[in-house]
Amino acid sequence: MSMLLEVTGLHASYGDFRVLHGLDFSVEKGGISTLLGANGAGKTTTLRALCGMIKRTGTIRFEGNDISGKATEDIVRMGVAHVPEGRGTFTGLTTEENLQCGAMTRRSRADIARDLEQAYHWFPRLRERRNQQAGTLSGGEQQMLAIARALMLRPRLMLLDEPSFGLAPLIVQEMFSILRKVNQEEQVSMLIVEQNAGVVLELADNAFVLETGDIVMSGTAAEVRDNETIRAAYLGY
Amino acid sequence: MELLAQQLITGIATGGIYACMALAVVMIYQAIHHLNFAQGEMAMFSTFIAWQMLAWGVPYWLVIPLTVALSFVGGVAIERLIIRPLGDAPVLSHIVVFIGLFAVINSLAGFIWDFTIKPFPSAFGEGSQFGGLISNHQIGMIAVTMAVLLMLFLFFQYTRVGLAMRAAAENPASARLVGIRVGWMIALGWGMASAIGAIAGILIAPIVFLEPNMMLSILLYGFAGAVLGGLTSPTGAVFGGFMVGIIENLAGTYIPEIGGELKLPIALFLIVTVLVFKPTGLFGRTVVQRV
Repeated sequence: MSMLLEVTGLHASYGDFRVLHGLDFSVEKGGISTLLGANGAGKTTTLRALCGMIKRTGTIRFEGNDISGKATEDIVRMGVAHVPEGRGTFTGLTTEENLQCGAMTRRSRADIARDLEQAYHWFPRLRERRNQQAGTLSGGEQQMLAIARALMLRPRLMLLDEPSFGLAPLIVQEMFSILRKVNQEEQVSMLIVEQNAGVVLELADNAFVLETGDIVMSGTAAEVRDNETIRAAYLGY
Repeated sequence: MELLAQQLITGIATGGIYACMALAVVMIYQAIHHLNFAQGEMAMFSTFIAWQMLAWGVPYWLVIPLTVALSFVGGVAIERLIIRPLGDAPVLSHIVVFIGLFAVINSLAGFIWDFTIKPFPSAFGEGSQFGGLISNHQIGMIAVTMAVLLMLFLFFQYTRVGLAMRAAAENPASARLVGIRVGWMIALGWGMASAIGAIAGILIAPIVFLEPNMMLSILLYGFAGAVLGGLTSPTGAVFGGFMVGIIENLAGTYIPEIGGELKLPIALFLIVTVLVFKPTGLFGRTVVQRV
């Protein structure tokens, strides 16, 4: 199967402190990969490095083009949507304005209007809240908004940073089932960073386990799930 | 009664100018979280450019759009060449740069056009309406500031670029993640603030006369308006500007001790009072957020 995202030798550091020590991983076209690991393993840093939010070296190929030297805005414009840690809500704008921001790089007003409807179709709660200041939404609603906003870009790759963080189990289930449908119906590939390994391994095709800046295991989600040692040592369930 | 009406109208007319300056200051404050002390000097320089064009015989209706356009370009250039390289430098560095900008623009205007006071013609002619209650220039001031403020409101509320600018000011990191070019949005904000200042300068120049220090007190009143309304709220800044204009005129007329001489301290008094009792200003935003 062809690769949408191919990362080789990814290094990143905060100042003098090196956080990633040469990661190699990839996301298949149409597939879902997950990056697992404990706190401080470098999961968020990996996503930030992919998007050019921090200094990084190595090769990052997206649809064959090297994006490792590009600015965040340009990477986004190529079709990479990042749902950041903490959701990145524009708290002072309304829900609908947040969604409009997600489509900021696109031209056709008709397409944007259609996608807005589609976003409300995926997340009906957001329609009820469309004119409400986004900062007043609940945590779950803000996470839905963050995902919906990312979809407004019509991305080919979505990077999700701990989408389940701080959410009730029921909401997490609902969200992951929507992500699965989005993946299947709209062919959006995904790279999901999670601590909640149990849930995400149900969804993902491939998994990479990260420990203090190194990938210590990679394989299909089933392989990682069935590996007792890995489960006990890194995933804690 | 007629005196009161007259002073109210004067207050609203000059208040509109303060509102424009306050808005210019707040637009830049929201984008870079620093107060631009040189905002008034930029407006003064724009007004001199307008004066120069008028002196060359360019008709008034052409002078205004040309000045606004040049000021816009100038504002963008200042952001790109001077402010942007500063990046996340500490507050003091920004203050020094703003003071430097203030001094340079002020001296440059004096160097080119000298420091003598020049009359500046009104675009709305002499004369007055309603038996001398309101001058033609005051009508023009109120109409133009209202139109400018309305256009800005519509721009920020209903256009995509306006939305992008609001998003970039509120959360730059998220704005980049949806593909907004944050750097250019900030530059655009500087250009617009500079253009608004130019309009304010051209409108106030026939009243305070043209000279390199003309905007000093105007900017102070603008600051007072911005602080009164809240530095985080453009609507508040506009409201504050009008309030300061009205308060300044009524106090100057009805409190004999203040008179014309002590008007300026009112601005400082307002700033201090607001900062002591309600630091966020009347409309200061306390963002509602659930975590």
